[in-house]
Amino acid sequence: MREIRYYEALIEAMAEEMRLDENVFLMGEDIGLFGGTFRATEGLMAEFGGRRVRDTPIAEAGIVGLALGAALAGLRPVPELMTMNFAMVAMDQIINHVAKMTYMFGGQCKIPITIRAPGGGGTQKAAQHSHSIESWFVNAPGIRVVIPSTPYDAKGLLKSSIRSDDPVLFIEHEMLYSIQGPVPEGEYLIPLGEADVKRRGSDLTIVAWSKMVHEALRAAERLAEEGIEAEVIDPRSLDPFDWDAVYTSVARTRRCVVVEEGWRTVGVGAEIAARVQEHLFHELDAPVQRVAAADVPLPYARNLEQAALPGADDIVRAALKITT
Amino acid sequence: MITPTAKIAMYRQMLLIRRLEERVAEMYGEQQIGGFTHLYIGQEAVAVGAISALNHDDYVIGTYRDHGHFLARGGDPNKFMAELFGRDTGSCRGKGGSMHLADVEHYFYGGTGIVGGSMPIASGLALACSYRGDDRIVMSFFGDGATNQGVWHEALNFAKLWNLPVIFVCENNFYGIGTGVRLSSALTEVHKKASGYGMPGYEVNGMDVLEVRRQCDEVVKMVRAGSGPALIEARCYRYQGHSMTDPGRYRARAEEELWRKRDPIPRLAKTLVAERVVDEERLRALEQEVERICDEAVEFAASSPEPPLSALYDHVFSERHPSDPHA
Repeated sequence: MREIRYYEALIEAMAEEMRLDENVFLMGEDIGLFGGTFRATEGLMAEFGGRRVRDTPIAEAGIVGLALGAALAGLRPVPELMTMNFAMVAMDQIINHVAKMTYMFGGQCKIPITIRAPGGGGTQKAAQHSHSIESWFVNAPGIRVVIPSTPYDAKGLLKSSIRSDDPVLFIEHEMLYSIQGPVPEGEYLIPLGEADVKRRGSDLTIVAWSKMVHEALRAAERLAEEGIEAEVIDPRSLDPFDWDAVYTSVARTRRCVVVEEGWRTVGVGAEIAARVQEHLFHELDAPVQRVAAADVPLPYARNLEQAALPGADDIVRAALKITT
Repeated sequence: MITPTAKIAMYRQMLLIRRLEERVAEMYGEQQIGGFTHLYIGQEAVAVGAISALNHDDYVIGTYRDHGHFLARGGDPNKFMAELFGRDTGSCRGKGGSMHLADVEHYFYGGTGIVGGSMPIASGLALACSYRGDDRIVMSFFGDGATNQGVWHEALNFAKLWNLPVIFVCENNFYGIGTGVRLSSALTEVHKKASGYGMPGYEVNGMDVLEVRRQCDEVVKMVRAGSGPALIEARCYRYQGHSMTDPGRYRARAEEELWRKRDPIPRLAKTLVAERVVDEERLRALEQEVERICDEAVEFAASSPEPPLSALYDHVFSERHPSDPHA
């Protein structure tokens, strides 16, 4: 199978959906002429023109609010926020309006909007450009949260997100844009809420998403050298969440490590650990472990940033704690 | 040229909003209605005059003070009262209440409780009109308080930048809750803020429904023809407090009395009688008709069932997934 990069998979997904449906359009900062800060919309303006690939002012609340209005009127907007951290500027539009309107209007409207935004640290962008804040959005009902780790997943999930009649926050990762992976030619969809087993194993289950999937796979290789076989489960979307996949795996391995790049306190990992213990208390041989970012604003200095972010070493440590 | 029929319709609509809201105040006192309830009494000429200048399929969006706009857009008084009573037969199945009325069938998109929150959504509705190349337009209602919010400025900038067909109607009632416009806005003449975005700004007497209508007819025609956005400032006054829990101690009684003398409803009645469009008997008949509608709305709401508890998880999403709570 051919291999393409993560950002190329995203471009393919958007281009295919735009060719299929005239109502799909893109808007965001520097996505048109510039081609996207991370090249994720490169070439789309040339194919679709400025009507469907709209460069916007730097006004995140406005971008999301306009996309919402357009969605209410029947279009299928795909707004981009330059980083997840800028979603904070648009928080009122995302949570109070996009996520709640279908409910507070008693189901009178659909909001088919896909907000794309990259998160993640590791490139010394310090405290206002690097955080992984997916837990905030998983906490709020009314918006789906999709967070792919591979080019294959990125394409199939973005296409499903765009076709969904509900709002989706589609979280990419700055350090994944250039990774390569197999992506078949032609169209395919991956349904939201379907986890993927990224590695089979019988001794413990590691639940990880986005860039942490790759850290978990590195950790699993090292654990294998010590005779411990880890299963790596990538939920791929955090809302909806494939609880069955996690429960089935943990019921078999009896041990679980949850890994996330976001802050540890009240993170998504806390919810997963709580539910695993609620459902599988008697099947567990050890407490569920959480690996996450240090509870600090991300520092600039390379060594401090690395110390704050979770990685394969931390996952190995957590796994050894409950397997030996 | 506003036809006599149109004038009578506007009179009836203003009267209906006024009388229904008087019932709302009564029902709030009887604790049939809860939460925050913001009455529109005094400002009826703005919604009625402006919305009557639109086509049936133009988009309208407002704020938490949305009763008048919902009704002026053709919303059903029964569904209106039932929504405020929190009943299953309400316009939003009892999920929204007073602040989040919506009536998508009539292209009325509510109903947001965040000051300024509807502004970019209005520009987005207009973006859809422009994207499709149809001749529909958007009318966005908000108060003077909204014009100091960040998204207000973002929305106007987008609208002008992309030449979107949207009319921003500021209902300047001079108070953002209890803080006067002079204490909150560097520029108290809101229509002049339009110039910051290169769009025309108009000031109208929001207590005169005919003046509002004439101005809106002109602006609607212009915007529909592709002129891009415009801002209208309608100067008006709410007779009640900001919400039902506000006794209004921050306003001088003399000021309130002055504005009550400008009440848009008797004002239009006087004009209609003077122009011989109606006589006193017709006015009495209209009053009786409106009273009947109000009685029926309260009766409908009071006798409607509450939403079933099984509806709690309905409409969080339009497509359910097995992992959703109670999917």
